[in-house]
Amino acid sequence: MLLYIHQFNKHHFRHNREYMKKYSQLTAMLAISKASFRSITRSPSAVVFTLLFPLIFILVFGFLGGNGITLELGIHSGSDGKNEVYDALKNMAGIKLIEDKSDDALYKELEKGRIDAVLNIRMNPDAEGPRYFLDMQTSEASMDKGSVLQSVMENLVNQLNLKDVKPAAKIAELRQSRVKGRKYSMIDFILPGQLGFSILSTGVFGTAFVFFNLRQTLVIKRFFATPIRKPFIIMGEALSRLVFSMLGAIFIIAIGYFAFGFTLVNGFITALTMLSLAAIGLIVFMGFGFIISGLAKNESMIPPLANIVTLPQFLLSGTFFPIESFPSWLQPVCKALPLTYLNDALRKVAFEGAGFTDISSHLLVMLLWGVIAYALATRFFRWE
Amino acid sequence: MSPANAVIKVENLTKKYQQLTAVNGISFEVYEGEVFGLLGPNGAGKTTTLEIMETLREQTSGKVLIHGLDTTTHSNEIKQLIGVQLQAANYYPSLTLLELVDLFAGLYNQQPNPEELLKMVALEEKAKAKYKELSGGQKQRFSIATTLINKPKVIFLDEPTTGLDPQARRNLWELIKNIRNEGTTVVITTHYMDEAENLCDRVAIMERGKIIALDSPDNLIDNLVASGFERIKSVKKANLEDVFLQLTGNEWQVE
Repeated sequence: MLLYIHQFNKHHFRHNREYMKKYSQLTAMLAISKASFRSITRSPSAVVFTLLFPLIFILVFGFLGGNGITLELGIHSGSDGKNEVYDALKNMAGIKLIEDKSDDALYKELEKGRIDAVLNIRMNPDAEGPRYFLDMQTSEASMDKGSVLQSVMENLVNQLNLKDVKPAAKIAELRQSRVKGRKYSMIDFILPGQLGFSILSTGVFGTAFVFFNLRQTLVIKRFFATPIRKPFIIMGEALSRLVFSMLGAIFIIAIGYFAFGFTLVNGFITALTMLSLAAIGLIVFMGFGFIISGLAKNESMIPPLANIVTLPQFLLSGTFFPIESFPSWLQPVCKALPLTYLNDALRKVAFEGAGFTDISSHLLVMLLWGVIAYALATRFFRWE
Repeated sequence: MSPANAVIKVENLTKKYQQLTAVNGISFEVYEGEVFGLLGPNGAGKTTTLEIMETLREQTSGKVLIHGLDTTTHSNEIKQLIGVQLQAANYYPSLTLLELVDLFAGLYNQQPNPEELLKMVALEEKAKAKYKELSGGQKQRFSIATTLINKPKVIFLDEPTTGLDPQARRNLWELIKNIRNEGTTVVITTHYMDEAENLCDRVAIMERGKIIALDSPDNLIDNLVASGFERIKSVKKANLEDVFLQLTGNEWQVE
């Protein structure tokens, strides 16, 4: 009898080793990815968050700035007549100079947001320092355009300064001509922000809802009864969300590029860099989704919790307004948020042709947030 | 039957949740090819026992062997040998049945014939329907279909007929009998004694974590009758369920 039992066990050991060899966690994981992807594409909220919202904003701002946006710049009466700054502005597409109004009228218009900034160009009486001082006043009534104008002016000043450097190194010349060839339009600011926000919301909301629902409806428990291991369940779900988000990002970038002249400095490479950056961002933000899926006691708790994560970033991370537009006491908050770094990095990649080494500090901050998020997620995530 | 045929061995199984002892030192065996019923009121420990056998839960003490493998050390191998239908488990609601079969085929690393599988549970016409569009009975039948994908030695069914109408229940009984006749061992929990009587070769009756009786339904009834028990109400040749089924038909219903 003892012998019999021995053989029985041995037989099954062999039998199961064969099983072990054959069973592929990867196949199982991909099966989950496929099913989950099908499920996401049929979920209205995923499609709305990932595609529709960003698309609407891009369309609105894209059409607002269809032929390059028009920035209305009032010239202060105290300005020092004709000079090279004035000439450069006069010749710049998308900028309309308003010179026929009194200062009083200009400031009233500025307050109402009918013009975007008032500029006073003054000659520097001293020999030292710059030749001109440019005093520009923007308005809270036109924060977004004012900020764009600010970027435009900074670009211009850089160009002029470069031009003025007498022992001009050839490298500087080259750079100048490149800057000149690019027009920073509204879409160049709006699109990266929308992409960043789409990544944030799909990462947080999508992940939180999906894992909460999978847990609540025992879908995930049924998975446990199959030989797939737990990490592969998460990776399978994460992979489908990643693929879906990347398709969304490609779609957003393509619409921006083809329909609204979104700048991709190095073309395809730039788009690829943006996508990799978006993927990293998504993985970081999914960490917050995992935390929320574990914290939420019921489904209606998810939106408020997710909004705690997404809303401040939506407002403060340079999605619509450059963070410089916020009062100085808010700046440290802005500069602590992960989306700020994703948005900024996306803009640097798209407009300045930055590579991964140029945005390594951005990546580092995002990574740090990732570490925090996943450390908390392992604490709060619940399987059942 | 000899113990050599035991496909499941449970020895001194105990499960404690803080203060509560859900399962209290039970032992039993399930023989190959039988339908084994776990009966008992809510909270008796049926589902806990089932989930320990399914390797979804770990016991506090005792031992469970499935096909000679210990659930605590060989859970992954065991999962390849068993099929599990969970009480109230769901599937991605917006996926079609074919897509869900595809999912579980991947999860079990199997290549089943989806049409054949769905036909076995009379859902071939629903192959392209989404899971959320199915009726309760159809959902349960689909759930059982997913347990068969890996050609398991044993399937576990946790209250598969709860909440179903009489026709759907009877359909499910037929299905379970067919599965058993194909050589698969079935472990089932239920609240319904007519179901246990109709389906199970042997039943274990549980109460407060203990098995208080274990035998074939016939033997349990005979023993009770032998002890002098008599029904107060004389039994008619038919009951209300017979009337209902006679009136509404017990064919597969278009649900």
